Amino acid sequence: MAAVTQVAELGSYVEAFRELEQRTIRQPDWLRSMRRDAFARFCDAGFPTTKDEDWRFTNVAAIARGSFAAAAAGNSRLTMEELQPFRIPGAACRLVFVNGHFEPELSDKASCPPAVEAGSLAGALARNPETLNPHLGRYLNTQRDSFCCLNTAFLEDGAYVRIAKGTVVEAPLHLLFVFIGAGEPLMAHPRNLLIAEPDTQVDIVEEHVSLAEGIFFSNVVTELVAQENAVLSHHMIERENREAFHVSTLRIQAARNANVRSHSVLTGGALVRNNIHPVLSGEGAECLINGLFIGDGHQHMDNYMLLEHASPHCSSRQFYNGILDGEAHGVFHGRIIVHKDAQKTDAKQTNRNLLLSDSAQIDTKPQLEIYADDVKCTHGATIGQIDEEALFYLRTRGLKEGSARQLLLFAFAGECLERIAPGAARTYIERIIHQSLPSRVRPFSGGGLEMDRHWEEVG
Amino acid sequence: MLEIRNLHASINHQEILKGIDLTVGVGEIHAIMGPNGSGKSTLAQVLARRETYEVTQGEVQFNGKDLLAMKAEEAACEGLFMAFQYPIEVAGISNAYFLRAALNAQRKYRGEEELDAIDFLPVLREKMRLLGMEERFQSRSVNEGFSGGEKKRNEIVQMAVLEPKLAILDETDSGLDIDALKVVAAGVNAMRSPDRAIVLVTHYQRLLDYIVPDFVHVLANGRMIRSGGPELALELENKGYGWIEPVTTGAL
Repeated sequence: MAAVTQVAELGSYVEAFRELEQRTIRQPDWLRSMRRDAFARFCDAGFPTTKDEDWRFTNVAAIARGSFAAAAAGNSRLTMEELQPFRIPGAACRLVFVNGHFEPELSDKASCPPAVEAGSLAGALARNPETLNPHLGRYLNTQRDSFCCLNTAFLEDGAYVRIAKGTVVEAPLHLLFVFIGAGEPLMAHPRNLLIAEPDTQVDIVEEHVSLAEGIFFSNVVTELVAQENAVLSHHMIERENREAFHVSTLRIQAARNANVRSHSVLTGGALVRNNIHPVLSGEGAECLINGLFIGDGHQHMDNYMLLEHASPHCSSRQFYNGILDGEAHGVFHGRIIVHKDAQKTDAKQTNRNLLLSDSAQIDTKPQLEIYADDVKCTHGATIGQIDEEALFYLRTRGLKEGSARQLLLFAFAGECLERIAPGAARTYIERIIHQSLPSRVRPFSGGGLEMDRHWEEVG
Repeated sequence: MLEIRNLHASINHQEILKGIDLTVGVGEIHAIMGPNGSGKSTLAQVLARRETYEVTQGEVQFNGKDLLAMKAEEAACEGLFMAFQYPIEVAGISNAYFLRAALNAQRKYRGEEELDAIDFLPVLREKMRLLGMEERFQSRSVNEGFSGGEKKRNEIVQMAVLEPKLAILDETDSGLDIDALKVVAAGVNAMRSPDRAIVLVTHYQRLLDYIVPDFVHVLANGRMIRSGGPELALELENKGYGWIEPVTTGAL
């Protein structure tokens, strides 16, 4: 690694880290040393380059070269009206984070059941840091990934959710991360810790949005702990502005008989990397990873999934669908590791991609590493265009070309939607998918048939 | 209803239709028969406005309008329906949703009120019953995983719902067992009307035992070589296409 150039690039981080250390001087030693170790590792490793196998298709030079100021807390000018479009009807709570910092004034916990502890990580660390000690940073692998190091170095705020044993939460918990501009490029490193105790059931929606133009670097880490027999759905929605850099890591720890569903929908951002790293650590654990990414313009969307089967009798399903238009670049990197003891593993991975233009690009790399001998694993990837036969078929029944295209795109995206259990979260996500598709229907949009145009080409 | 004059069409610069003339009047049923490769399906596809075929000469009037100037969806909205020889599977769109969207696109074109799901479902159910299709097919993806016979019946369900003025059935009979053929034929016969014309494109005379046409045409090597009444189909049945082919191979 070219350490000399890295130091210059890391200058702004060093300064921000010193300020953070001053600010958190009263926090427990374990936390401070965790930060310090992570920052040291980040300074050693620097940002990854495309020579790194895990980053072969994603060049983060734009992030590495950038200079980002740490976003300050408590200067939110947002009103409830501005957040109205980001409301899931019937949600049990909505925690709002502005530029990475919790905003109690904008959050709503009124319908949150008492068995659910939902609030800010900063608050929990101030009140009772020792209850977090066994979990916080205990699952994340900072050896592999500089962005995880960076997040841990700047670990300060984010969501903290804990569902008490045996609790079934019917309505979704909404974690809303809002970016508002500040004139200069900003960064935030939200850190979420979500713990579902044994025999619980909960739906969590983690959403990232922008309410302003401008460059923002979000580097999010979520540690999600599904304890024995917990049934948990995590929905990640990324729809930030077209200048945003977004790196997310979801680390899932699934205990015995836990059932975790991770759904992700990426529609925004300039450069997006979404890491999902589930470890099926307990016997009989089950997980579904369901991803949809919809990009156009010059968007870059990288889905990196690393799934570890660490115990016997676990099953996993991964489905990623990509729709890419313009000069968008999509990446799917799906790696399944079946450890030596993970007999009777049943794993299946599928990546399907639709390219809507000649300049759109997808790199797909499904990978299996199997160290056990009694397992059932399959993987595969397809890349295609809109099916012209299907398009013609729909048109011969009277649908305009634009509407027919839209219908086919929605059907393709709908495969992901159907894997989400019906309910408030799915309805919310369905609307987002609907909103993000129409502009991608090029020849001419749906609407009424206008007879006198466009008919001249045949004959 | 349909007037085809000297229609020439080619694909990849190879001429398939070499001057077709055909007049179909309202209320009539025409059968177009011919050996494989004679251009039957090409004719159906050109009429349904598939753009991969290039029309090099001729004209087609449909209800007094220039059909060749229309796009596929416009021809459909003007009342033309083609039942596909190989119906396409469309994953992720339910039969009911698709057909309602299609019907509403056509109704909107005609300036009629669109139907909501509550008004539409009874219509669909009735047509499906007519074609012996179970209710579960309405929520299944269009043609996905359907058997050959189910796909063909589904085409006729679509025709029954859309109520076209002109229906072109492209080899709807091929691959059907006799029971399925009877069901499909009954569905087509139920659509017979003085306001509607039907063109049956078929390789086999068998279909015409159940749907009796007013006129029969024989297409070979891109041209209509014989036209007549239903008796022509029987003649074909007895003689096969062998008597046609010596004439046409010379022209190839």
